[in-house]
Amino acid sequence: MARFVLEDSRSEEAGKSALVKILSVWAVVSIIGMALVWFVLGPHLAPGTMTDQAQGAQFDIKFVSTLVVPVLLFVWFFFGYSIMKWRVRPGEDGTLPAANLSGNSKAQGAWYVITTTLVLGLAAFGTYFLIAPAGAGGGEGASPIWTPGTTKLLQVQVIAQQWRFTYRWPQFGGMETTGIELPVNTEIEFNVTSLDVIHDFWAYQLGVKADANPDYNNVAYTKTLATGRFTVRCDELCGIWHGAMYNYGTVVSQQQFEQWATNMEQQNASVTKLLPKYSLTYTPSYSGAGGGYYNTSVDPNANL
Amino acid sequence: MKGVRLSKGARAGALLFGFAALIGLLIFGVAGYLRTSPPTVSVGASSSGSVNLVMQTDGAVGVGPHPSWVGYFVQDASGAWHQTTLIQLPQNTDVHVTLYEYDSGGNLRNSVWSQVAGTTGGVAYINGAAESVVNPNTNTGNGIAHTFNVPALGINVPMYGVSGSAKNFCNTGPCNTSQAHNTITFTFHTGGAGTYRWQCFVPCGLGYLEGNGGPMQSLGYMAGFLKVV
Ligand SMILES: [Cu+2]
Ligand SMILES: [Cu+2]
Repeated sequence: MARFVLEDSRSEEAGKSALVKILSVWAVVSIIGMALVWFVLGPHLAPGTMTDQAQGAQFDIKFVSTLVVPVLLFVWFFFGYSIMKWRVRPGEDGTLPAANLSGNSKAQGAWYVITTTLVLGLAAFGTYFLIAPAGAGGGEGASPIWTPGTTKLLQVQVIAQQWRFTYRWPQFGGMETTGIELPVNTEIEFNVTSLDVIHDFWAYQLGVKADANPDYNNVAYTKTLATGRFTVRCDELCGIWHGAMYNYGTVVSQQQFEQWATNMEQQNASVTKLLPKYSLTYTPSYSGAGGGYYNTSVDPNANL
Repeated sequence: MKGVRLSKGARAGALLFGFAALIGLLIFGVAGYLRTSPPTVSVGASSSGSVNLVMQTDGAVGVGPHPSWVGYFVQDASGAWHQTTLIQLPQNTDVHVTLYEYDSGGNLRNSVWSQVAGTTGGVAYINGAAESVVNPNTNTGNGIAHTFNVPALGINVPMYGVSGSAKNFCNTGPCNTSQAHNTITFTFHTGGAGTYRWQCFVPCGLGYLEGNGGPMQSLGYMAGFLKVV
């Protein structure tokens, strides 16, 4: 009696009908699941839609998350069905004669083709979207290959120093500020550098993330699309206050930005005079007490 | 051939010993940590609604596990000095700070820190003279020794250094006002309760990477907290 059950449920015919059942339920649930991820969860996914680069990142995450749904559901459904239908029932001895195990070249082939296509397709997708949209908000090094199609850029230099970020504005007299405001609907060029160790400028909601290396200018682009607050965090372990190395910025209207920048330029006029000439990198040439400073020929250790 | 088999008792003993060693190590570590944690000096509210915070920066603190490190002393209500950077302050209070600066200076790694910020009136008084931007190249070239910077409160106060070759230069702390020093005074408002970290922006950790190791990364020296309660 037990043998009949075994043979019946594991015959080629039974297998096919099981697969049809699994696939049809899977297809329906997958479509619903994918729609839910795309339309309901999608708009809430990180890092939001404040800039074109953030939008791009959100699209990528949404796309990959949506693709994951059918894969995940297929695995779950197959396991679920197997456990319900093909488990050893009370009274069965559960051993399977070796003769009952057979290969299925069609199933194997399908498995190879589908998984290979998925993985390679995602690799191509990821590679394309990582570089094509003006570097996807990542640091592209000193001479970026993917640039936005405009020369009307607001330049913001990000200077990382243990343990704060400061910002320099070459288009506003080279002033340096401890805060950052950006105008909306504007293409921004970040020039990221460090005065000491390696830091990382991660402006989360802007979809920008670029390493800050000493003696190196790392360029990243983004276009602001909506006003609001964003967070800047250091994302390279850089010492005791690494965890405290963050600040908040705001994307404001262009008019508000102009006002802010002009105010800052006036407020900072006396300290701007003391700053070194604007440069894409600054060389702290000394270590040790006094630590050296940037872009000047005076030996800071001369008095020590 | 069979290896030597320990008796049950011996194995239990070894296990116990290992366990005890582990606990001992833990206690040693925790005790070591507690021992090196600097004290918190509490500055209580005065009747006038403001408080006085008196500190000194020395080129070498002269005490504790790292006597050669640069660091701070904070004065308590009785006038005693404690080598620490942990300060407890009352909330929503004006804090009148007096800083005795005994260390020599240099240039700033980032000159933006020569601007006084976050203080009442946006100024600090250096030996009595109000300054809003401190030029590292003036004051007879003694440069900036340290900066008192509280990021969350927007406070930045650069401190002029004294000449390293001054006759009565304080080589080791705690220093006293008969020695070469600059007196920096300023007032800031504490606002709401919270723990605010503070640091120096002069890479003054002599002999450490980029000048930012050692004292720059250690509580009690150039890194601290304002505990506003
Ligand atoms: Cu950092
Ligand atoms: Cu210092």
